[in-house]
Amino acid sequence: MTDLLKPDQAGGEATVAIVTPKDRHGRARRIRGIRPPWWIYGILVAVVLGSLFPLYFSFLIGSGDSSTLRDPNRSWIPLGNFFENAATVVNDPNVNFWRALWNSVWTSTVIAVAVVIFSTLAGWAFSKLRFPGSKPLLAFVVATMAVPQQLGVVPLYVMFAEFGWTGKAGAIVVPMLASAFGVFWMTQYLRQAVPDELIEAARMDGASMIRTFWTVGMTAARPAAAMLFLFTFVQAWNNFFWPFIVLDRQDPTLPVSLSLLQSNHFVDYSLVLAGVVLATLPLLALFVFAGKQLVSGIMAGAVKG
Amino acid sequence: MATAVKGAARTAPPLPGPERPRRIRVLSFSQRLSRWDVKVSPYLYISPFFLIFAIVGAFPLVYTAVISFMDWDQIRQSGEFIGVDQYAWILTQPAFWVALRNTFSIFLLSSIPQLILALFLAAVLDRNLRAKTFWRMGVLLPYVVAPVAVGLIFNALFADNSGQVNAWLGMIGIGPIPWHVEPFWSHVAIATMVNYRWIGYNSLILLAAMQAIPRDYYEAATVDGAGAFRQFWSITLPSLKPTLIFVIITSTIGGLQIFEEPRMFDQFGEGGSANQWLTITLYLYNLGWGDWNFGRAAAMAWLLFLIILVIGLVNLFVTQSLVGDDGGRGPKLTRAQRRALRREARARRAGRKELRR
Repeated sequence: MTDLLKPDQAGGEATVAIVTPKDRHGRARRIRGIRPPWWIYGILVAVVLGSLFPLYFSFLIGSGDSSTLRDPNRSWIPLGNFFENAATVVNDPNVNFWRALWNSVWTSTVIAVAVVIFSTLAGWAFSKLRFPGSKPLLAFVVATMAVPQQLGVVPLYVMFAEFGWTGKAGAIVVPMLASAFGVFWMTQYLRQAVPDELIEAARMDGASMIRTFWTVGMTAARPAAAMLFLFTFVQAWNNFFWPFIVLDRQDPTLPVSLSLLQSNHFVDYSLVLAGVVLATLPLLALFVFAGKQLVSGIMAGAVKG
Repeated sequence: MATAVKGAARTAPPLPGPERPRRIRVLSFSQRLSRWDVKVSPYLYISPFFLIFAIVGAFPLVYTAVISFMDWDQIRQSGEFIGVDQYAWILTQPAFWVALRNTFSIFLLSSIPQLILALFLAAVLDRNLRAKTFWRMGVLLPYVVAPVAVGLIFNALFADNSGQVNAWLGMIGIGPIPWHVEPFWSHVAIATMVNYRWIGYNSLILLAAMQAIPRDYYEAATVDGAGAFRQFWSITLPSLKPTLIFVIITSTIGGLQIFEEPRMFDQFGEGGSANQWLTITLYLYNLGWGDWNFGRAAAMAWLLFLIILVIGLVNLFVTQSLVGDDGGRGPKLTRAQRRALRREARARRAGRKELRR
């Protein structure tokens, strides 16, 4: 309010000139401040229900039996077979559920941790240290974001076959360690989060470069690093194309093993969709705890990017 | 430390008289170490990214091009050069053109409604809501569901005979739609999966950009008598331009690479009995890991990259010209006007030169 009035007051015009805009701004603000009408909430409720519906449908079919999907008189209340179906999926030797879950957990964690560390280091150097070639190198990093994943899969496969890595879960970790998006993200964040004076102060106090990074940079980077961790984790968890190519059917990740549920000629959708629910639960749990961070991460990235 | 010492040495005035020996600046070991630290550290910090990128990003990029000119032998892990034959082979395959058509069709069916709905949803979320975070999270929820899971669920929802979608359509008197038979309907179903996952995500990006628009603009527009639609068209959209370009470019890069959803659309995963929903990436997979022909798969990968580049640039230009600028850059000139201005300036310069002579 006071900000809006400043120009008029400084201008020293007649008091009338101050009164009129004050009135208008005041009204405009009140208009913006009112709560939206009920139908706005109606739209939002519909959207959220739409988001949830496929998951509920999956649970509904997953708790029926092999005929539920095709039953025209199916009820919207789940039958009681979910745990039975889930147990069938978990114990199916072709699915390797526990193996897949473990692979998904550790590869996603390793990828996310490594991406955060490498990106923070590189972002620190690009945003806060001066060195010859920093600008073209950063431009190069940004340019690599446009290169599709598919472009590299054939030689990667040839390379990993040469090393004897194909079929090992580690083969899906290495290609995901270098995240151009992560470097860009941390650079953008650190540029505005750390005042140069703080670095100079640390240097004057005799801190080495790595010590400065660790105490000043890492501390300041924490919020952005947490968001980067979440995004990378979700992305690594959901990644399918490359794991599907390179992994053995005996040693899959969750999405790969999910895709195998449907690959028989005779498909029982109550089992498939029970498996879908099982495989989705871990990320849903993560979403309940960290969804807020994901939301603010997307919104923060949008303004800067 | 090093800089402090260096500064002191430089500012100390040279002492006159031969009796005082000249001070020789000797850097102690720790000082030298510190200088080395300053010089080398930045490169050390960016090296993990660049090392890994060189191995898993840059090298494969180049090597894909090499393999695409070869007849690659799986067993010997080497190939012999055959020029552009692989490209020529792909371009003469009807399946490639079908895949190209399908990819574009799915891409358009997903990206355009996605953008419009995301804009609409962002405008709704931009209201002064109660429980803001709850609604934003609710909108984002589909993002964490794996594309493979989305594919499996929607495949069941869109089942031809007894699917839920057909049951609903039957209620309003629309006959069962052959989702898995007709190319167009299969594209609609697959585009729905993409939209399900990305509308909320994109709406949050647009929402953030909307909230960055100064509210004074709207107040001024209200004073000038502009309605809600006019405000959206003349203030919101132009201000969102950079964000819109970002969203469109990313959805282009992602949309043209679509793989999981068509792969999961039936139990065979090969794009349908008559290639109804075969996409470029699915075709690439079939060439590489169905036929085990890596030369062709590599050529397909490069073609895909070129297609993405071209479409990305086209998108950029279309968005540039469709959405107006957010003011402050003077009137828009046509090319003819620009040319006239340039000619004038040139004439003026030439005139000045004449005068000097």
